[in-house]
Amino acid sequence: MNGTSMSEKAIAMSGVNKWYGHLQVLKGIDLEVGRGEHIVLCGPSGSGKSTLIRCINHLEEIQQGTVTVNGTTLAQKGGNADHIRRDVGMVFQQFNLFPHLTVLQNCMLAQRRVRRTPAVEAKEKAMRHLERVHIAEQAEKYPAQLSGGQQQRVAIARALCMDPKIMLFDEPTSALDPEMVKEVLDTMVSLADDGITMICVTHEMGFARAVAHRVIFMDRGEIIESAKPDVFFSNPSHERTKAFLSQILNH
Amino acid sequence: MTYKYDFEPVFAAWPMLVDGIVGTLKMSSLSMVMGLSLGIVFMLMRMSKHRAPRALAIGYIEMIRNTPILVQVFFVFFGMPAIGIRLSGEQAAILAMTLNCAAYAAEIVRGGVQSIRPGQIEAGRALGMHGLDIYRFIVFRPAIRAVYPALCSQFILMMLNSSLMSSVSAEELTYFAQTLDSQTFRSFEIYLTLGVIYLALSQFFSIALGMIGRVYFSYPAK
Repeated sequence: MNGTSMSEKAIAMSGVNKWYGHLQVLKGIDLEVGRGEHIVLCGPSGSGKSTLIRCINHLEEIQQGTVTVNGTTLAQKGGNADHIRRDVGMVFQQFNLFPHLTVLQNCMLAQRRVRRTPAVEAKEKAMRHLERVHIAEQAEKYPAQLSGGQQQRVAIARALCMDPKIMLFDEPTSALDPEMVKEVLDTMVSLADDGITMICVTHEMGFARAVAHRVIFMDRGEIIESAKPDVFFSNPSHERTKAFLSQILNH
Repeated sequence: MTYKYDFEPVFAAWPMLVDGIVGTLKMSSLSMVMGLSLGIVFMLMRMSKHRAPRALAIGYIEMIRNTPILVQVFFVFFGMPAIGIRLSGEQAAILAMTLNCAAYAAEIVRGGVQSIRPGQIEAGRALGMHGLDIYRFIVFRPAIRAVYPALCSQFILMMLNSSLMSSVSAEELTYFAQTLDSQTFRSFEIYLTLGVIYLALSQFFSIALGMIGRVYFSYPAK
């Protein structure tokens, strides 16, 4: 990653605190993500990593701090969330495809309703992205007729149809059967190669090594450690990171 | 028992029965469509995050569901002229059945909406879609699909309840049957025939609604 494009911030989180009732789930999060940067977020379950990325497109409200996306600071109550969501695509653990729409319709709906793109154009773009994730031949099928890996690739295509500058991945391979993980990761690697800004919550450490510029480790709502992948895996500086890595790598 | 069965006067009056069937079909179908539409409005109010529409919807739904439909139609037909609203028997019947159907439909559809996984709505929001668009394009069809059988049996129940509308002289099946009864005194034959016709109408609605369901609310699911 060259220095000039990294100097502009795609995302800046500063002093972010979030509570569910009395439980504080994010504690003083400071995080800056450069344009085109790829970040892998990992940590034990309940560490707040999913919550963190869901704050970026305001699926979750924060109580303190600021979140700035491409220069727009998210209003506390999310008044300008739509503006931010225009630049941010999201892929979920459970795919969340719309079951009553075909693959093609899934990719066209938001283009039509949010962007008001004419049908022909929306369809053309949908097909382009479906081809890109190698699933164009399934365009007329319904989500339930596809495998998990195929569904997740459709979900990626659906997000790409909105021309996001930033992609958030929330454990995109955790709900997949093992033999389908690779096809989804391959798709994500090709996206990364195109230089899109990416934050990915995952425990796929091979993926982290291959595409991440930085790996961030969270525990109990805090960012514990942030390092380049080679340093992160070979020489983590915190005990909690070491303990976590030994749990997920040694078996 | 020396009763001599005679269906002749009943069958001779078939044009009247056809009028009755048409009346019943018309009132029931109109009330179903308008009741479902109004029911969806009440459902949205019922699920609103604001207190006033929610309270209004709950009040309405409870009031309708806890009073007899006969009282409701009497109120519309006999009561509302006092405040200057004068409706024909048929209009009063359609209005009362619509209002009645709306309350039940609101609760049934709400069940369907609550069965939608939050992830579906989040996916819509993450794509930049808004509240009503999310309902219309993402939530609505799966929600109706989830409760479609319940909705259909409510519709059929309402079609059967339309027989009560004869008491405000709405020209539906039972109204004509009563007229025929007063002319021929063939009560046994008339009401037996009437029962058979209602049974056939139920089957008709059941099949027709099933077909509508297959066209609009079916898609492959796991």
